[in-house]
Amino acid sequence: MFKHVLSPAFIIAYILLCKKNIIPEKHYLLDISGFGKVVKTWNGGNRLKILMFGWEFPPYCIGGLGRVCSNLVKNLSNRNVKIIFVTAKGKPDSSSAKVISMEDENIKLCRVDSPVSCYMTPEGYIKVVSGSNIHGLYGHNLFEEVENYTKKAAELVAEEYYDIIHAHDWMTFGAGIEAKKQSGKPLVVHVHSTEFDRVGDNVNQRVYSIEKKGMQAADSVIAVSNYTKEKIVQNYGINPDKIAVVYNATDFKNAPAENHEIKSSKLVLFLGRVTFQKGPEYFLHAAKKVLEHEKNVKFVVAGSGDMEPYIIDKAVELKIADKVLFTGFLDENELNRIYRLADVYVLPSVSEPFGITVLEAMKSGVPVIVSKNSGVRELVKHCLTTDFWDINEMSDKILALLNHDVLHSTLKMNGLREASSITWGSAADKCLEVYNKLGVC
Amino acid sequence: MVSVCLYFQVHQPYRIRRYQIFDIGRHHNYFDENKNKEVLNKVIEKCYMPTNSLLLELINSMDGKFKVSFSFTGVVLEQLEAYAPHIIESFKALVDTGCVELLNETYYHSLSFIHSMKEFEKQIDLHKKKMNSLFGFRPKVFRNTELIYNNELSNFISRLGYDGILAEGADHIMGWRSPNFVYKSKSSGIKLLLKNYRLSDDIAFRFGEKNWEGYPLTADKFAQWINKINGNGNVVNLFMDYETFGEHQWADKGIFNFLKALPPELLKHPDNDFVTPGEALSRYKPVAELDVPNLVSWADIERDLSAWLGNNMQKEAVRQLHLLEDKIIKSGDDKLIKDWRILQSSDHFYYMCTKWFADGDVHKYFNPFNSPYDAFISFMNIINDLNMRLKKVEEMKKMNEKLKDVPEDKVFWANDGGVIKNLRELAPALKKMHADTFSHHVNSEKNDFSNWVRDVVGDQELAEELKGIKNKKNAASIVSNRVKEIKSS
Repeated sequence: MFKHVLSPAFIIAYILLCKKNIIPEKHYLLDISGFGKVVKTWNGGNRLKILMFGWEFPPYCIGGLGRVCSNLVKNLSNRNVKIIFVTAKGKPDSSSAKVISMEDENIKLCRVDSPVSCYMTPEGYIKVVSGSNIHGLYGHNLFEEVENYTKKAAELVAEEYYDIIHAHDWMTFGAGIEAKKQSGKPLVVHVHSTEFDRVGDNVNQRVYSIEKKGMQAADSVIAVSNYTKEKIVQNYGINPDKIAVVYNATDFKNAPAENHEIKSSKLVLFLGRVTFQKGPEYFLHAAKKVLEHEKNVKFVVAGSGDMEPYIIDKAVELKIADKVLFTGFLDENELNRIYRLADVYVLPSVSEPFGITVLEAMKSGVPVIVSKNSGVRELVKHCLTTDFWDINEMSDKILALLNHDVLHSTLKMNGLREASSITWGSAADKCLEVYNKLGVC
Repeated sequence: MVSVCLYFQVHQPYRIRRYQIFDIGRHHNYFDENKNKEVLNKVIEKCYMPTNSLLLELINSMDGKFKVSFSFTGVVLEQLEAYAPHIIESFKALVDTGCVELLNETYYHSLSFIHSMKEFEKQIDLHKKKMNSLFGFRPKVFRNTELIYNNELSNFISRLGYDGILAEGADHIMGWRSPNFVYKSKSSGIKLLLKNYRLSDDIAFRFGEKNWEGYPLTADKFAQWINKINGNGNVVNLFMDYETFGEHQWADKGIFNFLKALPPELLKHPDNDFVTPGEALSRYKPVAELDVPNLVSWADIERDLSAWLGNNMQKEAVRQLHLLEDKIIKSGDDKLIKDWRILQSSDHFYYMCTKWFADGDVHKYFNPFNSPYDAFISFMNIINDLNMRLKKVEEMKKMNEKLKDVPEDKVFWANDGGVIKNLRELAPALKKMHADTFSHHVNSEKNDFSNWVRDVVGDQELAEELKGIKNKKNAASIVSNRVKEIKSS
């Protein structure tokens, strides 16, 4: 609603809304200079305060969710919103943890000590805990862990004042519900992925019911794409009117692609957790097909995950092991470098609620081939698409990008421009719109 | 006096299917027959059938006072002949009234004018023949694909002896001048009819647009706009796609009622009448010369070539296609030439336009591809397949060469007086040959047959095989097998 020009009708509607307290007057000023748009500014002491629950937050990040949360929080803070962010502590001694500094007076970060990482399945959790020196404070069972975390998180914020609760993904939904009980404030749950995306049809009933409970208790559900929204409606029976779509974005910056002459062969990249959800096996089958037509190509599987041993075996079985490189988990510098080296980025996900890596690749000047089962493809036009199971389509498109310079350069140029226009700022604005509709701004 | 000149473009391309790299060499069915049939049937039902019968009714009821003109592409006519011959008949019935003029264009709705004058001329000729064979009509007026025009085109078309050319009355070529007069080309002197794009697009694009100030457009209102031109114009050229009626603008929005009411409404004014392009050109004198050095078209806001040749993929695809021109024509392979020409239809390049993400829906219309990139990928794979077919044809030609008579002074004179003129004669000659003659030519010192096959016939493979053969029978069977092999290929 804030994108409209300042027509007289709009101003009247605005005043009416203010009177009805839908837009509390004290929180807004009209800025007529800003290209006719209404720019929000906040009056000194009465700023919106969000209580946000998330699993990861820098400096302890294993998956992408930590980065998503920190970008969102930063951009909300830029819009002069106050945020209390409650996160799990993560693994301080883990080599995969990375430090992203967060110095911002609008943000108060609370960490609940817990070794839980956001992409863990209950089985994976048991493995991690029993195989390392870290012992969870509250027990060795993930669900127990979540319950205890929920309790601890709720205690942590019992004394805090806030206007709205915003919880990211299922492990925080319980904490969100608790906080809502305590304060009576509206709850927004933000669904970055559902159990169906992560494990296909063999859903863990307990995870499923936590997700469902959270979505039901929420006053508003944020889905990262229409693709995810549909899943929420279908699998969780949530009223579509309650679900808003807020696409992810990227502030990722990368140096221009490296001089390709230093490479002896072209490079096709898979980047993501090596799990069923991400479709690494389809990537290998496509690699096999590509190699039948074009010998001088290397395929990189960047990332780690439970399917890694299986995938390595598969490469051997397909007799392409000499053409496939496995990098394991990459830190940020390595990540930037691998993007710069790549000629083609493939996201062959079986189910991808969004797919931020696609935007990162585009911003690195790498043309992308994107699974049709993804949220990001609703957002970007300058990409190639394929069904994850359609090996012919996938390999045809890889070959086309390797063979036709003009296709490569057109997608590179248009992709770079398109991805640059997808910013976290507009995602933060969308979140504010959601809060707005709940009448808290 | 104001004359109204109506011209309708009738065209449907052969749309390309998703053709993957794995299809190359496996099949050459580049065109999506089902999709093409489906689109054609839809257009027939929504536009061609109802509009044809309405036009016929108007012509018959108005005593020869209502006239229209058409330009049909060869590719739409071929498809109609194959899938809907009754539509051809109904167009013929319109032409037979004598109130319909047909225009000439490139048979394949191609951009050949930009890329090859030789091909351009050939396609005009093919189109001319089609108009004659199907409708018994000899067009005297030319219109180029998408109304693409410049001085160079006028020079060329003028040399071919046409009375005039249709072009877009774009602001940047007209300047302050009105499109409602006949002009002539500054470079060639050929007469020009310029599209009145405002009034044409009022019908073609804005008719159903509720936000448009002219909405709803009635025949009465439109006739008043035309009447206003009386006194400061001779001819109003309303040029548009035929699909405007019923397909771009839907029946339930009233487009047919509009079309039905318009002619009588226009003729209410005693000074108005309808003319065909040919009549307009002969009736009205050119008022001025037009100098158009740069290409102009009727597409998009830019009225230039950016819809087809705006990005590098489009340029590359066209370039690659025309790189094959000489070889394809020389191959003499009709199917190959035909496929190559169908691939020249401008639509294929239109589908590769990356502008349409911003420029609106027109580019998506009946587009078989979801993205311009997919259109490019399929097209380039097809070009690869064309290349492969071309190589095969060339190889076959070479093979067939081997069966032909060798030059007279290079025939094989056998020791027994026999003459062998080609490879086909060699096997029976060997069979019949006396053992002494054979061993005269084939012995420990030499093998005349192998040498002749290598140096004169030019079949290295066979020569190599014959080299070691000392036995007449074996030699004969090797040669006859080779001949069979060449024939079967």
